[in-house]
Amino acid sequence: MRVAVVGAGPAGVRAVEALVAAGLTPVWIDEAPDGGGRIYQRPPPGLLRDPGKLYGFEAGPATALHAALDALKPRTDWRPETLVWHLRPGAQRLSTLHRGRQAELAYDAAILCTGAMDRVIPIPGWTWPGVTTLGAAQIALKTQGCGIGRRVVFLGTGPLLWLVAYQYAKAGAQVAAVLDTTPFATKAMAAPGLLRGGTTFAKGLYYTAWLRARGVRIAEGITPLAIEGTAHGVTGVAWRDSAGRTHHVDCDATGMGWGLKPEAQLADLAAVPFRFDAQQHNWVPQRDAAGRTPVPGIYLAGDGAGIGGAEVAEIAGARAALALLEDSGHRVDAAQVTRLDARLARQARFRTALERAFPFPAALARAMADDTILCRCEGLRAGELRAAARAEAATGPAPEVNRAKAFTRVGMGRCQGRICGAAAAEILAAELGRDVAEVGRLRGQPPVKPIPIAPAAEAA
Amino acid sequence: MTTSCDVLIQGGGGAGCSAALHMAQRGLRVVLLERGLVGGQASGVNYGGVRQQGRHPAELPIARRSREIWGRLKELIGTDAEFEVTGHLKLARDEAEEAELIAYLDVAKAYDLPLRMIGRNAIHQEYAWLGPKVVAGSFAPEDGSANPRLLVPALARAARAAGADIREHAEVVEHAHDGTRFHLRTSGGDSFAAPVLLNMAGFWGGALAARFGEPVPVVPLSPNMAVTEPVRYFIEPNLGVVGGNVYLRQIRRGNVIIGGGHGESDPAVPWSRPLPEVTLQTLRRAVELVPALAGVNIIRSWSGIDGKMPDRIPVIGPSRTTPGLFHAFGFSGHGFQLGPGIGAIMAELVLDGRTDIPLDAFRIDRFLETAA
Amino acid sequence: MKLVRLRDDARPRIALTLEGARIEAQQGDTLLTALLAAGAGYLRESEFEDGPRAGFCLMGACQDCWVTVVGRGRVRACATLAEPGMEVSRG
Repeated sequence: MRVAVVGAGPAGVRAVEALVAAGLTPVWIDEAPDGGGRIYQRPPPGLLRDPGKLYGFEAGPATALHAALDALKPRTDWRPETLVWHLRPGAQRLSTLHRGRQAELAYDAAILCTGAMDRVIPIPGWTWPGVTTLGAAQIALKTQGCGIGRRVVFLGTGPLLWLVAYQYAKAGAQVAAVLDTTPFATKAMAAPGLLRGGTTFAKGLYYTAWLRARGVRIAEGITPLAIEGTAHGVTGVAWRDSAGRTHHVDCDATGMGWGLKPEAQLADLAAVPFRFDAQQHNWVPQRDAAGRTPVPGIYLAGDGAGIGGAEVAEIAGARAALALLEDSGHRVDAAQVTRLDARLARQARFRTALERAFPFPAALARAMADDTILCRCEGLRAGELRAAARAEAATGPAPEVNRAKAFTRVGMGRCQGRICGAAAAEILAAELGRDVAEVGRLRGQPPVKPIPIAPAAEAA
Repeated sequence: MTTSCDVLIQGGGGAGCSAALHMAQRGLRVVLLERGLVGGQASGVNYGGVRQQGRHPAELPIARRSREIWGRLKELIGTDAEFEVTGHLKLARDEAEEAELIAYLDVAKAYDLPLRMIGRNAIHQEYAWLGPKVVAGSFAPEDGSANPRLLVPALARAARAAGADIREHAEVVEHAHDGTRFHLRTSGGDSFAAPVLLNMAGFWGGALAARFGEPVPVVPLSPNMAVTEPVRYFIEPNLGVVGGNVYLRQIRRGNVIIGGGHGESDPAVPWSRPLPEVTLQTLRRAVELVPALAGVNIIRSWSGIDGKMPDRIPVIGPSRTTPGLFHAFGFSGHGFQLGPGIGAIMAELVLDGRTDIPLDAFRIDRFLETAA
Repeated sequence: MKLVRLRDDARPRIALTLEGARIEAQQGDTLLTALLAAGAGYLRESEFEDGPRAGFCLMGACQDCWVTVVGRGRVRACATLAEPGMEVSRG
């Protein structure tokens, strides 16, 4: 049986591990040269540091995952630096690109472990050089030993906000401020549920306390007003506090993010139906607890199937592989299945508390000023989307996001709506007076990421 | 409750919405029923070519008529749908293809279509970015391109403003004819009645025609389309080739839209998708025409569903079985330019009982004759 | 945007060029790091006249860090390792 696993992060590694243990030799594809996913991304050769310094509290799981990854590579058809840009469920074929070379790959079953990326809300000035996602700020430090600036403001909400700020301060960067859009009271209310999640919450408290103890400016329940800057870069951040007072702090870089969203484009191309997960405030591909989708032969695991974090991803990866093995007539260890299912259920309860603690501030996206760039690929401003929505709703049925895309080019650029899609849906929903789930989601179209046109000589 | 009107139109593509507009402007009470959204299939997702050059001679009178409407689109519907007269340059890649271009000059002349042949040396002087495989071209200065995503919704808006009742998400599930009036019912349970029914339902027009005893051999056709990231604007004319296996145009924003070959579809759902191997094959052909496209990124690909007839020209005209029924469907992948004109012609057929445009080549019973 | 080297700053130096001007980087730098740590400021201009861009996600998703390398074509600066002698231009 030909099994393909896409992704070599926490979910992909544990999925492959279970497949290999059952005697299979999967094709294993990852875009990075050396796997690890985003959270445990490895630095290029020459930057390999002590894992304790590189991954902090996560050094243990990171080291273990990398060891498993390295041990598994020779036992699979390992294809690093390879993009899967299309997946045809009917024909059971993947289209791949490796160093400019196209290839088609047949599979009988595939486990998609495609991970997640930062969820962002455009705010005035967010396209200036010097503004990055929180994930980007972390990657710069972790894999390149660099800060995104000398004096950095971190803005947004979620566990990553505090973790990255902590990591920057620890590495010697000046953290000019940590600006959390979630009020302290909201987080406090979710605390009992979070405590059940074991170490994650404790770590969060530790980072916050550590930053406070070092006198880092911290503000919660804020509304960002603008990232100030020029073509040469960021100069400061302005915000409004919960009492309505405006504030400003100088900085030369800003990291921003509001939780994560699944990178689920391949599941979309595979024709897996999606549902709006109100708790996560994300569209997620449909799957059962084990990772089976309604599309035969397609399994999902990890953050690409709905945000759960690295620990969940490892369990889910193994579980999806067992589901695949079960479905294809292999014998699986029932006790192992039960154990994994119990761990997944426990983690799901913790996740609920985490989402309550750091809710996506939809109101912030909905209130975006008309002249703010919404779609950074196409240079489209929020007001243009609103105007198109109004014009269309005045005469025809209220448009959903794909219709709005057709009219305005929102989400039509190089990133295919990855960055602006969530915010665009909020704006559209607000303009039409509808629930965000009603305006739909931008449908995925191949290629998943840009693919170059080959020169004529190669084509001949 | 049944909504009564003068004309029912089934299908909200470019032709259907234009028909609704033209008939509403002449005072008819029109109801248009569209299963999905107007411009959701072939009319909305096609290449956007506004091309007369190279058409079947029988289509040229319609194309000429339609081109006249394209020229005054802004007055008619409030937007030009990004229509730009860039000219259409049809290229030959060998001597046989060149001979076809030369042969078409006479056709163009007969229909007053301006067309200029560009020979071997001149073509590379005029268009220095063309690849060495190109040996000749013919240039139609009145042709160009437009944004298909904008045209049909704008036609629908204008039709609504003129009084037409355009219903989207209104799939027709029952058709009946009582001898004088058509009775249609939608999946939402709404009923409509009118003495005239226009079948402008694209691929699905085949099923509607069959319902009234006129089956035709229409098959689904899904153009395979892709678009690049924005790059410096340098390809002014809309480009095609003899045989049509690749076509491309660049918009002012910089994106290059590239089509060729066919994707896959299931009209029953409906869904349609481009095929990766077809996309890659088309890109190989495109980079042969324009070598500077090498290295430029494709950022999106897509398809849609049109109806293709065996002779690649549509069915247009009155039904032979049912009085009051008129067809216009099966545009075989090149109906975008014709849409506005078809609407005007259908209005004439319904209101005046005649049109100056010869339609004999498009009659629905032509397939019966060949079968016999 | 200026990337600041906070750790592992003692790697072997490599040289490449940006728009013909010499840039010093370190072994293990991505192109994004090499250029933005050396003071390039930005990586490309938005095609729609809303200013310069310098990458946003650093994980190959946002598509905002495309640059051109002679012999390699267009690459994402965040996902491409800098190599000695690379001739890079913006966009």
